[in-house]
Amino acid sequence: MIDWLRELFLAWGPFGLLVWTLIKILVIVLPVVLGVAFYVLFERKVLGWMHARHGPVFVGKVFGIGWIQPFADVVKLLLKEVVRPTNAHGFLYFLAPLLALAPALAAWAVVPFDDGVVLADVNAGLLYLLAMTSMGVYGIILAGWASNSKYAFLGAMRSAAQVVSYEIAMGFALVGVLVAAGSLNLTTIVHAQNGAGGVLSWFWLPLLPLFLVYFISGVAETNRAPFDVAEGESEIVAGFHVEYSGAAFALFFLAEYANMILISFLTSILFMGGWLSPFPETVPVLGADGWWWLAVKVVFFMFSFLWLRATFPRYRYDQIMRLGWKIFIPITIVWILVVALMVHYGWLVQLKA
Amino acid sequence: MDLIVDNLELIAFYAFAGLCLASALAVISVRNSVHAALFLVLTFFSAACTWLLARAEFLGIALVLVYVGAVMVLFLFVVMMLDVRTEKLREGFIRYLPVGIVVAVLMLMQMVVLIGVRRMSGIGLADIPGKDFSNTEAVGMKLFTDHVFGFEIAAVILTVAIIAAIALTLRRRAGTKHQDIGEQVRVKASDRVRIVKMPSEGKPEVRQ
Repeated sequence: MIDWLRELFLAWGPFGLLVWTLIKILVIVLPVVLGVAFYVLFERKVLGWMHARHGPVFVGKVFGIGWIQPFADVVKLLLKEVVRPTNAHGFLYFLAPLLALAPALAAWAVVPFDDGVVLADVNAGLLYLLAMTSMGVYGIILAGWASNSKYAFLGAMRSAAQVVSYEIAMGFALVGVLVAAGSLNLTTIVHAQNGAGGVLSWFWLPLLPLFLVYFISGVAETNRAPFDVAEGESEIVAGFHVEYSGAAFALFFLAEYANMILISFLTSILFMGGWLSPFPETVPVLGADGWWWLAVKVVFFMFSFLWLRATFPRYRYDQIMRLGWKIFIPITIVWILVVALMVHYGWLVQLKA
Repeated sequence: MDLIVDNLELIAFYAFAGLCLASALAVISVRNSVHAALFLVLTFFSAACTWLLARAEFLGIALVLVYVGAVMVLFLFVVMMLDVRTEKLREGFIRYLPVGIVVAVLMLMQMVVLIGVRRMSGIGLADIPGKDFSNTEAVGMKLFTDHVFGFEIAAVILTVAIIAAIALTLRRRAGTKHQDIGEQVRVKASDRVRIVKMPSEGKPEVRQ
């Protein structure tokens, strides 16, 4: 069916190719946006249960869960007036939410969902991801500056310093992965984890410090609790997006949650074996590799984001900087050396024949 | 229609190159320094796009990663914090214009001569590599075999520069309060709270 559709579109020449690519992009972006909607519901329910309360229950009540709540939120946000402060910088003020969202969605181009199911199977996939995630900070900085408000500016400055600091640790953790896998291609990285040791040869074990550093840096990169001083509602109201309302605010919200889902995907793909099954091939049904395993792992990491938020109090700003610069970066540098030695002496993953 | 389709890559190149030039001009001509920094970001980005068109994906992505993702963020950070008076900086624009034009012409001549000499000596332009060619791998191979000494020396110089920059700007001001994290972690409850044992005073008598 899919092959037949592809042939149909490609028969139209370059414009058919364009339409076919657009369709593929939509097939990725729509589930991401829907995922964001339900992730917000998931977050509110999980936080509610962890706080021993109910969370949303009234809108679309089925099995005691308010299933339609995310759509009610979306409608509410879209119907609200988009207010522009008088002294805000007009063009940049509206460009900022777009600049926050665009890299968050663009990064999905190289994420594989199953063996061979990827929009762009490029060789430099990991580099592309690093480049795209590093551009998300422009939306935040510009929002803070263009709002012409003290609180927004303070939030933007905090966020920019934090994102730039944690990007280094994150990049080094990825360097460890690419040294171990010998490739920048995400599909090849998953194949490199398909070792004889099953779960034990996934990269989380040989690269354990990098795995932890990567996920924690991912939480810090997305400005989520306990690293959410950029929003810090007790000090600077809501940080960089304090002046935004309605649809413009919704875009920031979408970007933040799309980035959280992206980090969950990347942690699963780079360290937890992607779509590989944790059971040996001999086990019936459960032993088969497939996208459902990737989904299970992704949902676990998405849950971990919320778990961290419900568990830890907000870090103090100097503690965040200390953790990033004085603890994570030295750990990653040492472990890259260890990984290089492991690869050199062949101690790493023994691939299946 | 076929003309457009056949020359898609060429059209894309001219579009990105034109954008690159226009934004580079805007960097030196706009009045607001934050806008100038943002146009510089656009310049880097469109230059990276032209490199991608030339199949140099490693260089293109590295340009975005390093310059757009890190250097310009810090640059913007500083520009936003400072209150730069551009009118004052602009005063000598006409006076220094001839010097600038001379430098620009010299650089143009260097580029033309370099490309021309390569063409004449028959080196020619590099072939466009095939689909399976990994640019990243090729750059890595060159850097770590043919140019390994130059590469390592550059790395050492950069490290020295970082240490020097930190050492030059690090000031110890008197009277600032620092937190000793080790001390904070080692602290025990008995260091902070003193519990005084004293006999209970008993229930006060209730008067009728």
